[in-house]
Amino acid sequence: MAAVTETIEAVQAVNDGGYKWGFETDIEMDFAPKGLNEDIVRFISAKKKEPAWLLEWRLKAYRHWLTMEVPHWAAVSHPPIDFQDAFYYAAPKQGPKSLDEVDPELLKTYAKLGIPLKEQAILAGVEGAGDSPSEGGRMPIAVDAVFDSVSVATSYKERLAKDGIVFCAISEAVQTHPELVQQYLGSVVPQGDNFYAALNSAVFTDGSFVYIPKGVKCPMELSTYFRINAKSTGQFERTLIIADEGSTVSYLEGCTAPMRDENQLHAAVVELVALDDASIKYSTVQNWYPGDAEGKGGIYNFVTKRAACRGKRSKVSWTQVETGSAITWKYPSCLLIGDDSVGEFYSVAITNNRQQADTGTKMFHIGQRTRSTIVSKGISAGHGQNTYRGLVKISPKASGARNFTQCDSLLIGDQCGAHTVPYIENRCMTAKVEHEATTSRIAEDQLFYCRSRGLSQEDAVGMIVNGFCREVLKELPMEFAVEAQKLLQISLEGSVG
Amino acid sequence: MLKIENLHATVDGKQILNGLNLTIPSGEIHAIMGPNGSGKSTLSYVLAGREGYEVTEGSVTFGDLDLLAMEPEERAVAGVFLAFQAPVELPGVGNANFLRTALNAVRRAKGEAEIDAIQFLKLARARMKVLNMPDDMLKRPVNVGFSGGEKKRNEMLQMALLTPKLALLDETDSGLDIDALKLVSDTVNALRGPDFSALVITHYQRLLNHIVPDRVHVLSAGRIVKSGGPELAQELEVSGYGAIQASAA
Repeated sequence: MAAVTETIEAVQAVNDGGYKWGFETDIEMDFAPKGLNEDIVRFISAKKKEPAWLLEWRLKAYRHWLTMEVPHWAAVSHPPIDFQDAFYYAAPKQGPKSLDEVDPELLKTYAKLGIPLKEQAILAGVEGAGDSPSEGGRMPIAVDAVFDSVSVATSYKERLAKDGIVFCAISEAVQTHPELVQQYLGSVVPQGDNFYAALNSAVFTDGSFVYIPKGVKCPMELSTYFRINAKSTGQFERTLIIADEGSTVSYLEGCTAPMRDENQLHAAVVELVALDDASIKYSTVQNWYPGDAEGKGGIYNFVTKRAACRGKRSKVSWTQVETGSAITWKYPSCLLIGDDSVGEFYSVAITNNRQQADTGTKMFHIGQRTRSTIVSKGISAGHGQNTYRGLVKISPKASGARNFTQCDSLLIGDQCGAHTVPYIENRCMTAKVEHEATTSRIAEDQLFYCRSRGLSQEDAVGMIVNGFCREVLKELPMEFAVEAQKLLQISLEGSVG
Repeated sequence: MLKIENLHATVDGKQILNGLNLTIPSGEIHAIMGPNGSGKSTLSYVLAGREGYEVTEGSVTFGDLDLLAMEPEERAVAGVFLAFQAPVELPGVGNANFLRTALNAVRRAKGEAEIDAIQFLKLARARMKVLNMPDDMLKRPVNVGFSGGEKKRNEMLQMALLTPKLALLDETDSGLDIDALKLVSDTVNALRGPDFSALVITHYQRLLNHIVPDRVHVLSAGRIVKSGGPELAQELEVSGYGAIQASAA
């Protein structure tokens, strides 16, 4: 396969709507002045009518951030980011309202993205999931839609409230459930945790808040759909999920952005807290604009995600499908504090064209008999660079702890790279840690076998890649699994010449 | 009808086929025999369109199609089926999903409606019963952990489902016990008809006791050096290839 053909086809794939979420919504917006300083932090806090403690909390983060340096240990490269050359607040002029009053332009935008905001429409499920046999029996999905800096709509709130479940924008939770927010915000990812987490703590604008009361199994999937629309705007969302004793919740997030030739920053923080016997399943399908075939534009996705399994027998499962972004830098982690708590990380990361991904997880085994499972599937195509970076740390008290890690890399073409950087620190004699890693190439004989049965080259690649990722994809909720499979194929279009 | 004229092909710059001529009329089954390295597998790969098998001279027409100008998947949906000598494994790809995708690709090309998962399972299970394959082989990943015999039966299942116009069987009999050999033969014989032709590549005469060919050809150094009826296979079983190669030289 000639590199030239490869590039031409990749460019075509992008131009032919390879990234079909790249459109822009024309809507009146409210911006903060460009740049970042204490006044901007105050501006954001005032916009959200925040209590004094939260403004102080933000300012503390901001001052700490000023003392920090951009992390450079990740295997990614990009020109220095000018943090003064961006808007830190951008919101549709009409503020968040009830579902019936949402700006029709926004409804159209989400309809185009396949995200149903109308409650009655939710029964149809996520776009593309319609070919499943059990059409009528589909579970509804509650959606919180975050557009640039604010949450524009949240569906099924009343239904969820019947079970005592709080599902709303975090800025709303600050007003309605200040005690929960104050107790848990920053308790898993402290303000000064890392450069981007500190930045986020200073300027976070919106994101979702979830509280599941004791013993409640959340009756439907909760989801947040993040959309960056405005130019030169960073998105800094903050998500906080608290699962009280014995509760269960499954939460999904999806993300897209318009195609632009500038790089845009997305620096989110997600904090999960699981108390005794609680279980949180957190799934991500990340599809930020990846930039064009030459690496121009695209989202810098620098995200801190961490879960604290504080309770005994609590469980947190992270599943992520990372197909988008010019650069992905994220390590959804678990602090396994409660005895017998369980952490899981299932990941598929694809890098095509000039995309770079440095992603993995950290599992901190602190409680006794804590268990963790890591399954990472990295796929590199074009000139993509894909790094798995993971840490398994077992404290001396974590007797009987167990970890199993499996990292598989798949290479398509000969210009891409796959790297695996596993750190294992075991300070406990009775703990057991296993690590397996493989690197393979899509073999010519596999492709030929599929094609000789009538499958096109692209379908053959899609099928082989989906097979490679199966262990991870099967962890996704059904609605997302179908979407994710298609996404994998679209992301790899043009990768085989 | 398959018509191969003056076919020359190289692999890694090495000349393997040297002016091969062969015509298989519709409805006929031809067998190709020949010593190791004579070009038997190369011929099947060239006909199926594998990358790296470069045709330097000659032509192949299939009906009114110029086979050599077509992509492998175009040949497949036009009715060419290669039963692999060593079928490859596709980890994580469910056999049912793979077979249904292939079947629907062929059906689309024929202008037929695609079939859904439920219809497919019905169809596949009926075929599998005939091939003595357990149901769980549909759930397992394609060829992963299959025994040699299971892989060959899986190839036959694909052939039975895709109902090709031209089947190329590349040493499908190798490594099979008598019972499995019988199943393979039954599958081929069931497809026999005026619109079906097959090229059976084998080292041994015993397969040809079950699939009785219309013609037998001996391949040596990339060319057909002798052709005859089914009795030629029996002759070879007794005298070996040496005599033919000597007389052809």
